[in-house]
Amino acid sequence: MKARLPYILFAIWVLALAATPWVASNYIVKIATFLAMYGAIALSWNFIGGFTGYPSFATAAFVGLGAYSGALLQNAGMSGAWLPLAWLSGALIVALFSALIGLIILRMKGHYFAIGSIAIVEVLSQLASSWSSLTGGGEGLNVKFLAGGPDFIGRVFLYTMLVIMLMAFVATLLVDRGRLGFGLRCIQQNEDAADMVGIDVTRYKIYAFVLSAVFCGAVGAAYSSWVAYISPTDSFSILLTLKAPVMVLLGGPGTVFGPIVGSALFVLMEETIWAKFLDYHQAVLGVVIVLLIFFLPGGLLRLRFKKGAA
Amino acid sequence: MIYGQVLANGLMLGALYACIAVGFSLVWGVLNVINMMHGAFIILGGYIAFFAWLHLKINPFVMMLPVAALLFLLGYMIQYGVINRVIMRPVLTTLTLTFGLDMILYNAMNLAFTATPRRVVLDMGRIDIGGVIMSLDRVAAMVLAFALTGLLYLILRTSRTGRAIVAVRMDRDAAALMGIKVNKVYAITFGLGAFMAGACGALVSVVFPITTSVTGLFLGKAFVICVIGGLGTVPGALVGGLALGIIESFAGHWWGPQNAILIGFVIMLVLLVVRPTGLMGKKGYE
Repeated sequence: MKARLPYILFAIWVLALAATPWVASNYIVKIATFLAMYGAIALSWNFIGGFTGYPSFATAAFVGLGAYSGALLQNAGMSGAWLPLAWLSGALIVALFSALIGLIILRMKGHYFAIGSIAIVEVLSQLASSWSSLTGGGEGLNVKFLAGGPDFIGRVFLYTMLVIMLMAFVATLLVDRGRLGFGLRCIQQNEDAADMVGIDVTRYKIYAFVLSAVFCGAVGAAYSSWVAYISPTDSFSILLTLKAPVMVLLGGPGTVFGPIVGSALFVLMEETIWAKFLDYHQAVLGVVIVLLIFFLPGGLLRLRFKKGAA
Repeated sequence: MIYGQVLANGLMLGALYACIAVGFSLVWGVLNVINMMHGAFIILGGYIAFFAWLHLKINPFVMMLPVAALLFLLGYMIQYGVINRVIMRPVLTTLTLTFGLDMILYNAMNLAFTATPRRVVLDMGRIDIGGVIMSLDRVAAMVLAFALTGLLYLILRTSRTGRAIVAVRMDRDAAALMGIKVNKVYAITFGLGAFMAGACGALVSVVFPITTSVTGLFLGKAFVICVIGGLGTVPGALVGGLALGIIESFAGHWWGPQNAILIGFVIMLVLLVVRPTGLMGKKGYE
């Protein structure tokens, strides 16, 4: 199980993504950036949804809040060389927000938690559209384009997203092997029993929730400077909130490599399907979800050792 | 008299909301499934009523029951053929599954009907009660919404099937031991949820424009109402729906209609924390 092969494959995968600007067109670089971005998002969701087993649908809230905080900070002067600081601040704001929200909604379980997390997305989206003086309302917010031409910009954001993904991956490894991961898995199996054997359930759940938020915040902030324009419906997209769990379910929830495999497969599928069936895009995604639930309940990585699936 | 008018609008809205939420709440309470297709069901019902009105000149109020019957069949088949297979799996699975089905239905409706908003125009005149003016088609929609909600209550209280549904909601295993075919009851319950959604769709088509882009809005209302009123009971949905209708009406009057939705969601979040069983809910039911 602790074989080195997956790590080697993962390293090859990251190097291949990093090499795209030198060997492929800008379109491929864009796809590589998306692969890294969704990899980070899927890894994030895995903390709360995979390890802890809480059906969180708040992903879009974190990405959207990160995008808005990042964009506002950039417009307030943190642009050019200060960009990484704007992204970092965006991530920190989202982390703080998720800790506060987590205190409230992590007291709920099952459906109530799911609904609560969807409601967070809705509330933030409504706020972003109605607080026009700060966020530009429904018209959205323009962010200054990075100077340096399309090739340079493509590279900057590819490496930014890759770094975020790698950070999320390292965090996953640490959690997976450490005390926190053990505690979260206990909570997933039986929260009351976990409480009984001395796991600080509330604190652990908040850790998982913040971990699931902070990288999404960074992704959102970087995304806002990449596309240079954000709007409420785009940033707080309910579709994004669903994609995260689907990607992780596709790969294998609660595993280290599952989110990477699932998100990569999903993005590549989306790119090929999108190109051919623009009108049926949502329906095809729906069919994928239905097939996934019936035929791959544990994800791709659980295929071999089905007996041990939790 | 301005507050009388706002209150009357709120009641009208609340009656429709109660009708929208009651089927959703039933499915959630009995099956423990959040039906993400509920909004799409409502809009599908609205479309059928609209096209029947446009091409066949049938009044949507007359079409209400046939539309509901069609939706019942659709819901029954979806539950029996698809959702029943994963009903015992965790929340995330069933929720994601209905989300996936919703995307298929949404996409199909978008292609078939396009997203252009359409609305049935019935000029039935208006009524003036002490300065409060209501158009008669809205009053009719309100009365029918109350009647439908009452009908569902009667079905659950008095019919054999209704008692079976309530029994499964209380204890699935005990109900199965008493000889109730649980899978069939699940399918009927889901069908009833779709039935109410379809009937509401026909009523909604008279009051609001019908377009695919509002499916999420209706679904959101159903969430909020279930949390306000409590799960799985008809009186809960009725209280929640009326409360939300009146709150939205007054909030829209004071702070502008664009903030009414926000206030609904904030109330829901607060209630989720303070009183997760809802105003009418009993403790111990999940």
